[in-house]
Amino acid sequence: MIAIELLVAQNIGFAVIALVMIVAALRVVTTHNVVHAALWLVVVLSGAAAQYVLLAAEFVAVTQVLVYIGAVMVLFLFGTMLTRARIGTERDLNNPYWRLGIPVAGLLFAAMAIAIGSSFGDEQLPSDPRVIGIPEISDQIFGAYLLPFWALSFVLLAAIIGAIVLARKD
Amino acid sequence: MMQVLALEVPYWGQSLLRVLGGIVAVLLPAGTIVYVFLFKMMSFMQSRLGPMEAGPYGSLQLVAEVGKWLQKEDIVPERADPRIFKMAPIVVLASTFLLVAVVPFGPDAWFTNFEAGVFYALAVSSLSVLGILMAGWASANKYSLLGGLRAAGQLIAYELPMVLAVIGVIIQAETMNLQQIVVAQNAGEIFGFSGLGNPYLITQLVGFVIFMIAIQAELTQAPFDMPIAESELVSGYMTEYSGFRFLMFFIGEFATAGVFALITSVLFLGGWGVPFAWFGWTDVDSVSNWMNIVGPIIMFTKMMLIVFIIMWVRFSSPRFREDQLQRFAWKVLIPVSLGNIAITSIFKVVM
Repeated sequence: MIAIELLVAQNIGFAVIALVMIVAALRVVTTHNVVHAALWLVVVLSGAAAQYVLLAAEFVAVTQVLVYIGAVMVLFLFGTMLTRARIGTERDLNNPYWRLGIPVAGLLFAAMAIAIGSSFGDEQLPSDPRVIGIPEISDQIFGAYLLPFWALSFVLLAAIIGAIVLARKD
Repeated sequence: MMQVLALEVPYWGQSLLRVLGGIVAVLLPAGTIVYVFLFKMMSFMQSRLGPMEAGPYGSLQLVAEVGKWLQKEDIVPERADPRIFKMAPIVVLASTFLLVAVVPFGPDAWFTNFEAGVFYALAVSSLSVLGILMAGWASANKYSLLGGLRAAGQLIAYELPMVLAVIGVIIQAETMNLQQIVVAQNAGEIFGFSGLGNPYLITQLVGFVIFMIAIQAELTQAPFDMPIAESELVSGYMTEYSGFRFLMFFIGEFATAGVFALITSVLFLGGWGVPFAWFGWTDVDSVSNWMNIVGPIIMFTKMMLIVFIIMWVRFSSPRFREDQLQRFAWKVLIPVSLGNIAITSIFKVVM
């Protein structure tokens, strides 16, 4: 029996979205078509965006949609459709070592669960979550977290230059 | 509590009004644009009359066309992927409906007053690419697939200058909320003269031009209609669609044109507002209630003006070649919009 104070709208919303995400995530790895797998991944990523909205983190949610669905998944689909994307089922999609992925996934889940459990413990979210404004986020990024931001920018710059070097014909 | 003409509207009534308003805000511009521009303006530019039989001046032609499409058989090609084939037009149309959700039409006449408004609009508008790729792939047709891939490549390329052109506006308005961008323009002044407000069309002219070119490409209207180039790809990703699924693509195309024009008018032309100095308003709370009625009319007028420009270019220009199109986005538009951001930020800091 679930305690009655847990049955608030946010929790029910979380449960429904989480369920959809889990089903979609399983379909990503079990479906026999590359494009179907990519489209199920879109469902998973939109579920993540919906969870961010539930946490009143709308800027992160919109970024999730813009970057992951609008850019990454479109490039994924673009790439698979350019190279190999047959309609119907394909048999040879699975890597022969796919079972190795199960312990890795379990380990990752355990590590994240321990990290979240030990750092937040019984702490509860405020019942009336405050929407963090975009100015506050930018103050943090360009103030306290300026150095990590720069480091990330350099990593991205290196990746761009690398892509150009790989794509050059001469 | 929202007030419409001094009437107190309860929350459920507001929600109902907003949902109905959203449907009207998508379908009314789409119908008007198709009749006024696609039927009549294109005909006049080609020295013919256009539809004249159904209703006065052919004004009921649209009803006839919709009736025709609804009667047609909904054909799914035999080798196609039926589920994805059927889903694709829904995804495209859904992205239009999501897009209109942040557009403010008056001081209280908004659907959602979203803090990250512009950012949300740019994110959601990119969802239509997914629908186009789905349509192109699931049709099991080489022309469709090529059209879908061309559309994706073009939309990714022109998404960037669009985002970068908007950043100039965000820097100047100091907010991403579309409602506050409207207020910032109408409460602003040019060198102490407040009779015009400060529409960003003047200060962000470069951004406006880039944004207009980018939405022309996002809407795949000529000269950027490579994805549906009828002389080489039949009709691109829409080739296999018929009946009401084609109608959905068709509505999606013109409704998105309308919604993008609405967003352009909010970003650069002052949106629903009149310069606040005319009536002595100072901020959004002091704006009179009758603006909830007049605001949508002003928005609609500005939308028609912008769509007129889009359609004028569409009907009078030849098609870009694929490599010209990509080169234009990456080598001209993006550097110019980056320069615009740099200059805008320098002015913002100095002045």
